[in-house]
Amino acid sequence: MYDVTVIGAGVVGALIARRLAAYDLRICIVDKENDVARGATAANSAIVHAGFDAKEGSMKARMNVRGSRMMEQVCAELGVSYKRNGSLVVAFEHERAEVEAIYRRGVQNGVEGLRIVEKEELFEMEPNLNPELSCALYAPTGAIVCPYGLTIAAVGNAMDNGAELVLNFEVVSIEKTAEGYTLTAADGRAVETRYLINSAGVYSDEIAKMLGDESFSVHPRRGEYMLLDKECGQTTTCTIFHTPTKMGKGVLVSPTVHGNLIVGPTATDMEDKTDTATTTEGFADIRAKAGDNVAGIPYGKVITSFCGLRSVGSTGDFIIKAENNAVLLGGIESPGLSSSPAIAEYVEELLRGMGLVLTPKADYNPNRAPMDAFRHMSVAEKNEMIQKDSRYGRIICRCEEVTEGEMVAAIHANPPAYDVDAVKRRTRGGMGRCQGGFCSPEVIRILAREWGVSYDAITKNGGGSYINKGRTKVAGGNKEGN
Amino acid sequence: MQNYVDKTAPYTALVVIGGGPAGMAAAVAAYDNGVRDMVILERDLNAGGILRQCIHNGFGLHRFGEELTGPEYADRYHKMVVERGIAVKTGATVLDVTPSEEEGVAAYVTAISEAEGMFTLRAGAVVLAMGCRERSKGALNIAGTRPAGIYSAGTAQRFVNMEGYMPGRKVVILGSGDIGLIMARRMTLEGAEVKAVCELMPYSGGLARNITQCLDDFGIPLMLSHTVTQIHGKERLTGVTVSKVDERRRPIPGSEIYFECDTLLLSVGLIPENELTRGAHIGMDGITGGATVDQYRQTSLKGVFACGNVLHVHDLVDYVSEEAALAGSSAAAHLRGELTEGRAITLKTDGKVRYTVPQAVTVTGNTADVTVYFRPSDIYRDVTVTVREGGADGAILSKKKRIKVAPGEMETITIKAADLTATTADTLLVSIEESAKKGGNA
Repeated sequence: MYDVTVIGAGVVGALIARRLAAYDLRICIVDKENDVARGATAANSAIVHAGFDAKEGSMKARMNVRGSRMMEQVCAELGVSYKRNGSLVVAFEHERAEVEAIYRRGVQNGVEGLRIVEKEELFEMEPNLNPELSCALYAPTGAIVCPYGLTIAAVGNAMDNGAELVLNFEVVSIEKTAEGYTLTAADGRAVETRYLINSAGVYSDEIAKMLGDESFSVHPRRGEYMLLDKECGQTTTCTIFHTPTKMGKGVLVSPTVHGNLIVGPTATDMEDKTDTATTTEGFADIRAKAGDNVAGIPYGKVITSFCGLRSVGSTGDFIIKAENNAVLLGGIESPGLSSSPAIAEYVEELLRGMGLVLTPKADYNPNRAPMDAFRHMSVAEKNEMIQKDSRYGRIICRCEEVTEGEMVAAIHANPPAYDVDAVKRRTRGGMGRCQGGFCSPEVIRILAREWGVSYDAITKNGGGSYINKGRTKVAGGNKEGN
Repeated sequence: MQNYVDKTAPYTALVVIGGGPAGMAAAVAAYDNGVRDMVILERDLNAGGILRQCIHNGFGLHRFGEELTGPEYADRYHKMVVERGIAVKTGATVLDVTPSEEEGVAAYVTAISEAEGMFTLRAGAVVLAMGCRERSKGALNIAGTRPAGIYSAGTAQRFVNMEGYMPGRKVVILGSGDIGLIMARRMTLEGAEVKAVCELMPYSGGLARNITQCLDDFGIPLMLSHTVTQIHGKERLTGVTVSKVDERRRPIPGSEIYFECDTLLLSVGLIPENELTRGAHIGMDGITGGATVDQYRQTSLKGVFACGNVLHVHDLVDYVSEEAALAGSSAAAHLRGELTEGRAITLKTDGKVRYTVPQAVTVTGNTADVTVYFRPSDIYRDVTVTVREGGADGAILSKKKRIKVAPGEMETITIKAADLTATTADTLLVSIEESAKKGGNA
């Protein structure tokens, strides 16, 4: 029997679990995937919004402004890349009134440091903008973060403090019991818990239905992105938004904490909660809209493109409900990442309100070593590591210069990495220019060795995503693979 | 990266970065020209480079006058390296090359290995021989999902030939580069069904002999002017949509064909691996993706030479060896102080010649004939290749007739030493001139 079970290891679920891990509680995190951070958390703008977008008085506004203030410290504790690069909402002259309206709303929401910058200063700050722009709202508190890095670190830190992670656990039914709830997975496994957190992203309405709450629904909104080579990471310093129109917030152009340039997203309402396919129309749309903001983006330098599904709730605002020893979270779309530390804090209060006793844990450690610690060591420190474990001297990913020692450490650290994408997201191995062309055969070999499974049992990202399909022809007949 | 550099590190006369066919041939030539204090740094656990996974034959016809497999070809050079007692450090990845201002030191080369940790060498001369990598899927921006089952052809080659595993059973190949063609045959021999090879361009980028031996002989269709426009499948690839493209390479709506497959292999180009070269601020050629060099294969950084696929992508390893031997003997000459400064002549190209290597010629008192390697931008028939002084109206220094030239096959033209010494021009134009009877873009 767990005290609290969190359904969904996205950034919101991860930060809730991590927050609760500070207390003397038995905590379980379940996720239907083979790794944490596989839904919208893995595919979004990676922006910590300053908080001027959301309507005054809304839950989104409240959580965003608070979350944005908390994020830097959370990232520092968890050893996660975070950079306060500032954001600009750029406008043509005819959009000036809208920019001023956003400024007023931001001030109302309590966003600090907002001001309007005029053309000359704007182009001093960002020389690569579309020359026809005339002014912008500058928000110095806007920031960028690695959302999956934050989530991996938060789950890892929760686990370091005693929380348990159960992967490939797709909740198919929830039964109310005398003491709480029993969750049953598609494969028949069960988890018993006193309190329940529903942070299941686009599936949160389905989980809510299992709990008997049909008051809201969630639909997916497709957001497509293109990621450009690090050569292009200096195109802008700030995150560049365009003045929102009736058609939405539009396409942003931003550096990432890893030094790449991200351009996107599109916004297409969908029905299929699993359809993360990118589209030709989407790419064209991104290019057309990004051109309003930044001139001459070199699309020849795109290294990958991807698509995420935002969870759009039926109320237009974040849905955060506490009932029957459960907290239901729905519609945590943008600014969900920015709000996540504040949502975790709020959920803690809701649980306390429902009678959960929160006794601080004596040996709680809020800190986690950065996943890229080896990279930043001095030569002497590196050589000391290599002396102790020679695998730190063997480069596996040549593009990002990731060693076997780092990969093995990441595979066994909390939360463990079972597939190639999981290793990639923890170490950056395979994320460089060759996109895993050289190192994936080696990464598979390391994973197979570390987990004691066959080479062709290793997947790209769990489920049926097998990378190889059996042996080549061998003497004595061939074995068909997966 | 400057913080890596240990400027008090031990001196090594010649550091060869890369132990593939280029690096080994350069080292052997340097040895044969008198260099003894040298080391090859190879990031893999064995020397031989990508040849180790190229188990098909067809290597060595020019160099050894016989048909060898890739591993056999690599082994010939490895034996020469071993016979000469040339040091090879394997499992040693070079992280940084920093130019030196110290007299007699071309650069500081910093590497990491299991055996030695991080270490720096003060190199009297450096040969860059890091090879190339395959262009990845990301750069193509194909719409659709991101399932398992999409690999570059070289990665698939490694799975099959080195690891002994099959990346899939029903295969579509995008791009008709040589590795893609070789893998079409290889996958077929291993029992996979190769449904088609799609090529965006109206011609193949691969060697004619590979189209015959790897596709035609196995009845695998080559679909020219076709590309993959949609990826299907959630966990593992289930199919691809292929579209015909117009003359501007845009997909033609309505031309879509769906192929059910579990594997998509990409053979869409090779990119010289020049991260170290750029890090050393060495002058680069935007077309080749390699350093700009003179006829000695010396880069803009004196004492640093480049050869093989890191300089420009070659069709045949035999030519890699030839170029590497030139770079290795030039490095030896540099160490003897014999590569003197001279008059620089820049080689320019017209639109029909895509690039040349070398990009410049250094003329000194003892200049020899210079062979210029180049690729055409398209297929041209019945043409004359010329080298003219200055521009298009300049006097012809060298010319040769060709019935057909194609981007997939590297061409050469030689400029005589006497002409180089005599000319006062500071640029030469290498061009493909069409005869009166116009050849088409077949």
